[in-house]
Amino acid sequence: MSEDTIKEITDFSGYKGVWVFAEQRDERLKNVGLELLSVGRRLADKLREELVAVLLGHKVEELADELSAYGADKVILVENELLKRYTVDAYVKALAELSLKYKPSILLIGGTLKGRELAPRLAARLGTGITSDCTDFDIDEEGYLVQIKPFGKLMAEILCRTRPQMATAKPNIFKKLEQDRSRKAAVIREEVKISPEEIHTKVIKVIEVTNNPYENIENAERIVAGGRGLGSKENFKLIYELADVVGAAVAGTRSVVDRGWLSANQQVGQSGKTVAPKLYIAVGISGGAYHTVGMQNSEVIVAINKDPNAPILQMATYGVVGDLFKIVPLLIEKLKRIQR
Amino acid sequence: MVPSKSLKIVVCIKQVPAVPDMKIDPATHTLVREGVPSILNPWDKIGVEEGIRLREKYGGEVTVITMGPPQAKEAVLECLAMGADKGIILSDSTFAGADTIATAYTLSMQIKKMIYDIIICGRLAMDAETGHVGPHLAELLGIPQICYVKRVDVDIDRERVIAHREVEEGVEIVEAPLPVLLTVMKGLNEPRLPTLKGVIGSRRKEIRVINSSELGGDMSKYGLKGSPTSMKKVFPPPLRKPKMILQGDPKEVVESLVQVLLREK
Repeated sequence: MSEDTIKEITDFSGYKGVWVFAEQRDERLKNVGLELLSVGRRLADKLREELVAVLLGHKVEELADELSAYGADKVILVENELLKRYTVDAYVKALAELSLKYKPSILLIGGTLKGRELAPRLAARLGTGITSDCTDFDIDEEGYLVQIKPFGKLMAEILCRTRPQMATAKPNIFKKLEQDRSRKAAVIREEVKISPEEIHTKVIKVIEVTNNPYENIENAERIVAGGRGLGSKENFKLIYELADVVGAAVAGTRSVVDRGWLSANQQVGQSGKTVAPKLYIAVGISGGAYHTVGMQNSEVIVAINKDPNAPILQMATYGVVGDLFKIVPLLIEKLKRIQR
Repeated sequence: MVPSKSLKIVVCIKQVPAVPDMKIDPATHTLVREGVPSILNPWDKIGVEEGIRLREKYGGEVTVITMGPPQAKEAVLECLAMGADKGIILSDSTFAGADTIATAYTLSMQIKKMIYDIIICGRLAMDAETGHVGPHLAELLGIPQICYVKRVDVDIDRERVIAHREVEEGVEIVEAPLPVLLTVMKGLNEPRLPTLKGVIGSRRKEIRVINSSELGGDMSKYGLKGSPTSMKKVFPPPLRKPKMILQGDPKEVVESLVQVLLREK
């Protein structure tokens, strides 16, 4: 399809502004919204338009200061008791009404589980397109949002010919701006009428799980990750042993999670979590884009792989070519000796 | 009206390339599916299994529906062999190149003609991994959605579904009235293997192939033309140049690795 057909001649002059949905829970902002304000700031500056944070909740006005400190020009605030706790029905309704009223050009939503069920429903209500799990954005010469995401082993640029241009991005993809407490965004209060009958899917109960520290990969400073090269679930004890010595959480690729060697919340990559620790040790992972998109922002990447042509060695800070069953035990032993 | 005390279940399925290494048509920038070995999307298989289990428990009928090329019949047959009752394939060159919005529109046009209590979709498909079609479809049909389901119970007298679903903070137990759309997670069940009897039986089950003229609806909303999003270009991911490659004697390699790592701190 040529670019001319992607961009039908449509007048989008009524659509202005870059919006970021600021997800909060228990009156605390999720990091991903603040991260999106940073890329949103860059897009808004390029378009010479406003960066708007949309905040839904109950008694959450104070959070507007934080949103302005992280780059928002304006905060649209909707407070309603029925928005205190997230429900897809109430949140889609509120965002749809705001979007129809203000007509933003771009709407970015954090790719949390909630964001990822809310965003596509909202897109269908607004009759617009949506791209999931973007890893970068840009603005082209005609002011379109260029949505960049991995596609198989390649990267793709996606455009949307309807407005708003909607996209999700996972946590830890973008870095928050430095806080600037002197920034003061204008707070605009809006009301959205929601009745309890409109909330069809009702939450009866939440069973909170306390995270196993090995599995808390999104907040870990260090991660040891294993791939299919480990060969079996039993061999993952090597990974856990190395993690203990390094003080790391344990992660893995989709194929090891599919095999039941690790639990699903330890999966890094496109269909799992995105992480950006200080140290990421990839053991027996070949490094297809589906995995690396989830860890490429790590500060130091160590890769141990017996195949010198494994893509992971191309992106590693330190690539070790060798048999993991020889290297890892030696590494554990050496590190233990140093710590003594 | 007396509620039907059995369940009409529709499971949306997708045939996906068996390998994650996808090919892209240079002319249309869409996925090449022809000539690539395919499988039933694993999340959809869990959906089919759950549909069959619900029918076994509450009675009713399971229909699988897919949009795809004629070869998608293989995936439908697999579901019928597992125990689904009927298959529908929406197949037409007009549907080709659809993004998630156009796909959901196409599915919705058929499902709107059907009677249903529960629609099940996989949490996402292995190829593009968007997870969009379920929520799009729920919206287009105007029914509630419950995503990331790990357990399903039906209160058939009250016509409600009670489900456990995964959220960041743990598990949410939610309730919604029928009809409802569920997207299912791995771990919900262990899909059965088709038995020989099931495979033989599947050949006698009904598979309807429906094209765009039979489906009707707004032709401008189908396929590539009906897709708000499209791929402008694809390019190789940027490589991070390795700072250092270590190989040779394992002991020496580990020695050097520990040295450089200590310097990083």
